[in-house]
Amino acid sequence: MSETKPPLDPNLKALESEAIHIFREVAAEFERPVMLYSVGKDSSVLLHLARKAFYPGKIPFPLLHVDTGWKFKEMIAFRDRVVSDYDLDLVSHTNPRGKLEGVSPFSHGSSVYTNIMKTEALRQALDAGQYDAAFGGARRDEEASRAKERIYSFRTPDHGWDPRNQRPELWSIYNGMIRKGESVRAFPLSNWTEVDIWRYIQVEDIPIVPLYFAAPRPVVERDGMLILAEDKRLELQPGEVKRVETIRFRTLGCFPLTGAIHSTATTLDAIISELETATVSERQGRAIDRDEAGSMEKKKREGYF
Amino acid sequence: MSVNSAIAERISTDVETEAAVRTADRNARPLRLITCGSVDDGKSTLIGRLLWDTKAVKDDQADALARDDRHSQNELGLPDFALLLDGLQAEREQGITIDVAYRYFATDRRSFIVADTPGHEQYTRNMATGASTADLAVLLVDARTGILEQTRRHATIATLMGIRQFVLAVNKIDLIDYDQQRFDHIAAEFRQLALSLGVTDIKAIPMSALLGENVVVSGRSAMPWYDGPTLVNVLELATQRTAQAVGFRFPVQRVSRPNEGFRGYQGTVAGGSVKPGDSVVVLPSGTVANVKQIVTYDLVRNAAVAGDAITLVLDRPVDVARGDMIASIDAAPALGLAFEAKLVALNGEGIRADKRYWLKSSSRRQRVRVEPRSMLDLKTGQWKSSDNLPLNAIGTVHLSFDELAMFDPYETNRNTGAFILIDPDTNNTVAGGMIQTRAKSVDGIDGAERNQVLLSLPQDLANQLMASEAFAAIRDHVEIRRLNSARASAILEELD
Repeated sequence: MSETKPPLDPNLKALESEAIHIFREVAAEFERPVMLYSVGKDSSVLLHLARKAFYPGKIPFPLLHVDTGWKFKEMIAFRDRVVSDYDLDLVSHTNPRGKLEGVSPFSHGSSVYTNIMKTEALRQALDAGQYDAAFGGARRDEEASRAKERIYSFRTPDHGWDPRNQRPELWSIYNGMIRKGESVRAFPLSNWTEVDIWRYIQVEDIPIVPLYFAAPRPVVERDGMLILAEDKRLELQPGEVKRVETIRFRTLGCFPLTGAIHSTATTLDAIISELETATVSERQGRAIDRDEAGSMEKKKREGYF
Repeated sequence: MSVNSAIAERISTDVETEAAVRTADRNARPLRLITCGSVDDGKSTLIGRLLWDTKAVKDDQADALARDDRHSQNELGLPDFALLLDGLQAEREQGITIDVAYRYFATDRRSFIVADTPGHEQYTRNMATGASTADLAVLLVDARTGILEQTRRHATIATLMGIRQFVLAVNKIDLIDYDQQRFDHIAAEFRQLALSLGVTDIKAIPMSALLGENVVVSGRSAMPWYDGPTLVNVLELATQRTAQAVGFRFPVQRVSRPNEGFRGYQGTVAGGSVKPGDSVVVLPSGTVANVKQIVTYDLVRNAAVAGDAITLVLDRPVDVARGDMIASIDAAPALGLAFEAKLVALNGEGIRADKRYWLKSSSRRQRVRVEPRSMLDLKTGQWKSSDNLPLNAIGTVHLSFDELAMFDPYETNRNTGAFILIDPDTNNTVAGGMIQTRAKSVDGIDGAERNQVLLSLPQDLANQLMASEAFAAIRDHVEIRRLNSARASAILEELD
């Protein structure tokens, strides 16, 4: 780290300290923790904080990436580079059943696809690793049902979440007591907002997937979303035209389900000032949130992050 | 290597200056607050208004509400704020709020975290949870009804959880025609209530959350007689509790031994400050050492203060494990096998004297026996003798441990004075607690030779005295007989 790095402002410093505290607490209390790594900006921040928390030691748990097979190519390339640069222990898992049956967002629709390739795949991977704690990068400001999440979120042996029956969580004292088979999802970024994430990426100089920065890219418009059109598996429908536009992504998921925004923000400063005047939320570009009212809560109950 | 460093070079000087200004503006930790009041007082409208006027609600979130078939816009064409806030399907269906939710908004000057807790169902449990981390409480009343019994309950719980800053939001002031006299009356009544609880930092604000008057934007045009701050102005200037002025406290979370040459203790400073060279004591063992180094990822630091997550290296090989506390040698916490505490019962079964619990405080977890002594009647503010604490009850308890425990009084340090109780049968969190003092020894010579005072009091005065908190804490050391005045005089004369 360079000597000239400006100190964190008190807001970010408090958020950073809280996250480090949570990382250390989980690592000390659980036998087999794992960190969900989705390659997005929140995951990048999460990984950076994990490295800080255990310095000068190594991160004492593996990273888990649920690969749906439909991620942006740049995300996979970025992931592989980060794993080798930081010498990380990464487990990548794809649902074998979904792969065999050729489940895709085009053939099965976003809801069935997400359920099989993300939620079911995650459950498989967590069971296979016998993980008793899983870190996630979810933030409470992202979505209404996440506003009710605990920092230690208790899960039944089949990974279910019961929002009506959560353990009370007072002060910063976390209850990590579970029975065999049960688990806890831990959310060190609970109290971060989207702007906090970007400010932190800027001041800490954290590498992120280039898709977050604006550039001319091929897109098609579908169901009101701008879809990146560089993967051969994306078949154009009648009336759809591929064109090059200057776009970027506010969040990154699976490319057919993640909408781009028109933007000229090529720097972090530009992204932050764009955010401060934004009139739509970041999950606006996520098709899965729009399937039905309360759809995130439903997915979370079934084990989605 | 970094994707971003190349980009950083492209930042123009203009942008750099602008960013510097923005950073300076937010030169504070997020302020944490809790809002207390019922649906009828317009609590959801108030929080919705805060989020709306600070632009924390985005268009697509408002649009999603518009697609909801239960949704109706209010008369101002704004979204139904209660629907916006109720995140869970069950809540939207039943129109109630069932749990604590956290909301985030920011102004140019500060970031805020609001604990949004329900006014009705199990409000004690949820309020205690939300208040445990809050710096300030906003108590909401309807201008038409004024201070209610519920306001007293909320203020009492907030005070108990350590909140010392109150804002009274006198809402729906438009419905009483901006009546200044009525507002002054409510404010004065509240001031008395707050003072009786020991809270002196009180701001009362007349407002209409629905119309957006004195929440974020000034309501001066509607009520020229009020020249005080808006709610957001008060929140921007509110103070934050800090544990920096007390003795150094460092609960050890984990021991880091990446190689033979390095042994560091990882944790978050829970009180005071530390620098290399300081003499410290490791508790409960009592081993003494000096601080050699404060390590963080960014640099080796020359000091750390409360709230900092660090790795501490000592100058000699000592036995330190998770759950131990490293503290300043000249201002160490209380060490003992028994403590007095206040407790909020959070679970259906309540707290029973015949059961052993797990107690977790900071990183330390140990077995404890809990004997309830008294219970607070939230209606009257009086403490009554009780040997159990049902769900949502607040009481005083005696804690006894098999192994040494260490605490500070909650009043002095919220981090090292707070604990939770875990039921070993269900693993659920069943209580939140706040340490008052280390229990005084009452057995042996100490007990027999303790000085006692015999008082003879009129019955009402004695009843008042026995309802006080101070009395509740020493209930076990008091003997009481009820007599008529003639008999009491006779006994006292006999003693003389």
